Amino acid sequence: MKQKELDGYQEFMKGLWKENPTFVQVLGMCPTLAVTNSAINAVVMAVATFFVLVGSSFLVSALQRWIPSQVRISLYVIIIATFVTLADYSLLATLPAVHKQLGAFIPLIVVNCIILGRAEAFASRYPVKYAVLDAAGMGAGFFLSLTMLGTVREILGTGTLFDIPLFGKGFEPWVTMILPPGGFITLGLLLLLSNWVTKKRAEFLKQVAAAQQEGL
Amino acid sequence: MENLVWIFISTLLINNFVLSYFLGLCPFLGVSGRLETSFRLGMATSFVLVVTAISVWFLNTYVLIYAPYLRLISFIVVIASTVQFIEMAIKKLSPALFKALGIYLPLITTNCAILGLAVFATSRNYGFLEGLAFALGAGAGFTLALVLMAGIREEIEKTGDIPDLVRGTAMNLLVAGSLSLAFMGFAGLFSAG
Amino acid sequence: MSDNQVMEKEPSNFTLIFSMVLAGLISGVAIIGVYNATLEAILANKAHDLQQAVFRVLPGVSKMQKLRFEHDKLNIVTDTLADENVIYAGYDSAGKLIGYAIPNEGPGFQDTISLLYGYMPDKRKMVGNEILDSRETPGLGDKIFKDLDFVANFKDLSVDPTIVAVKKGKKAKPNEIDAITGATISSKAVVRIMNLARERWEKRLPPPGGEPELKAN
Repeated sequence: MKQKELDGYQEFMKGLWKENPTFVQVLGMCPTLAVTNSAINAVVMAVATFFVLVGSSFLVSALQRWIPSQVRISLYVIIIATFVTLADYSLLATLPAVHKQLGAFIPLIVVNCIILGRAEAFASRYPVKYAVLDAAGMGAGFFLSLTMLGTVREILGTGTLFDIPLFGKGFEPWVTMILPPGGFITLGLLLLLSNWVTKKRAEFLKQVAAAQQEGL
Repeated sequence: MENLVWIFISTLLINNFVLSYFLGLCPFLGVSGRLETSFRLGMATSFVLVVTAISVWFLNTYVLIYAPYLRLISFIVVIASTVQFIEMAIKKLSPALFKALGIYLPLITTNCAILGLAVFATSRNYGFLEGLAFALGAGAGFTLALVLMAGIREEIEKTGDIPDLVRGTAMNLLVAGSLSLAFMGFAGLFSAG
Repeated sequence: MSDNQVMEKEPSNFTLIFSMVLAGLISGVAIIGVYNATLEAILANKAHDLQQAVFRVLPGVSKMQKLRFEHDKLNIVTDTLADENVIYAGYDSAGKLIGYAIPNEGPGFQDTISLLYGYMPDKRKMVGNEILDSRETPGLGDKIFKDLDFVANFKDLSVDPTIVAVKKGKKAKPNEIDAITGATISSKAVVRIMNLARERWEKRLPPPGGEPELKAN
């Protein structure tokens, strides 16, 4: 296999939309839904995942020469679990209130398929610089979708954003949105929206191409 | 005893692993296409859950009180080796069962329900029996959710009248949302009294 | 990837084991490092939270110590483990026992509710309550700690013969509390958890005069 030409900018940007881990690859669902009942929880979870993702991609890429392929998965898991433990303890020491909210879901970052997926599919084959950019892009995409879900659910479910009330007293919160069913339904609808945008965009590009052809 | 029943029922229905804690969503969304395979995967996962609960209790009681910082790593190692061991055992003891389950077994390692069980059982200080009741409830709940989902999806596919835009994950999530909503009705089952 | 494999020979078992052990060692060192670095802050946070909770449920208390019921009596302990045989004794600045903060947990509407209440044995009254952990329905069940009227129920509550939840506004006796409208089950769950703890500790608490001394430290 010949290594393809890499463009750092492209490797970063693909995670945001074209290969967004949540909306396109539908990976790492369990933290995505479990902790997005408020915007602040979503942000903290996304930041922790970002840290683990970039850190482990960096190490996997830097060490790829020395990692024997037979035991690579176990080694990746050890690397990831180490970073998660670091994140877990740092969070517990600095933001105990948020840590309590996220509860047991921080350790579950270990089994977030996005991280192992990037290590195996990208970081283990490409130079450090691109591996980090790729991980940062995926992390940013994850951050984007988590924040989006958290924001929508918090606004509808409690009428607040980052605990700041948005509406007057007359607002009757749609409690279901911050309960588990709200997670499934909000993500389902956001996926629908993203499918629709992708489809419209493809149609639009096709029309442009057709128009150009006619013009020639 | 009452406590054990509460843990079991609560984990099975009220706080269902899939529909309330969002654990084990990958197989839930991925494998729930057919009823038959869903049930088998559910059974295999339940088995791993029970073995994990027992190992985690041993770890927590005899090892991790001396080295709490090794919690996560040791859980992961235990889960991965449990799955590997079960795979080898089944292969040797019952080749027929292995053939039926074979492809799903390695997938169980990355099922967050397993690590979730370990982490939750630890943070709630469950004892041996409590952990067992928790694992049985989680396994039964996972199987129940998977089988329900597969049944609904098979029925929907039969009508064959689904817009392309909705087909796939978006639809599955909306169906899961309705299921989750229905399961909310179980809340309060134990506390009135 | 495949380029590398061409250059390398098939690694021996020794290489495989060596790389696993090395990774384990490095990861162990990193984890122990961060554990030691954060341990102090984490323990301090936890102790602070617990102390604040005890002070909130027992007004007038400025010192506390942990007691565990073992071998048929209350012993002063300093570990950080919590179980159903642990309570916290609260003292005023002169070292006189004010009351006990008693934790307990049990099934709520959604999931386990864990709480800590303050009890003054000389008055046989509950003087405060704090919900430590719950997953009750937001907007309804979470009123057990968000609704100030409901919380105020426990600031001066007789425990004899037992605590009873009644419909909101129907509170007439000193041992009754107003339940939350729309969250009767959560309210009753809280009362049930308290009554169970009260029964468990009724016989265990020392008689007047036999209170555990505040150990100077």
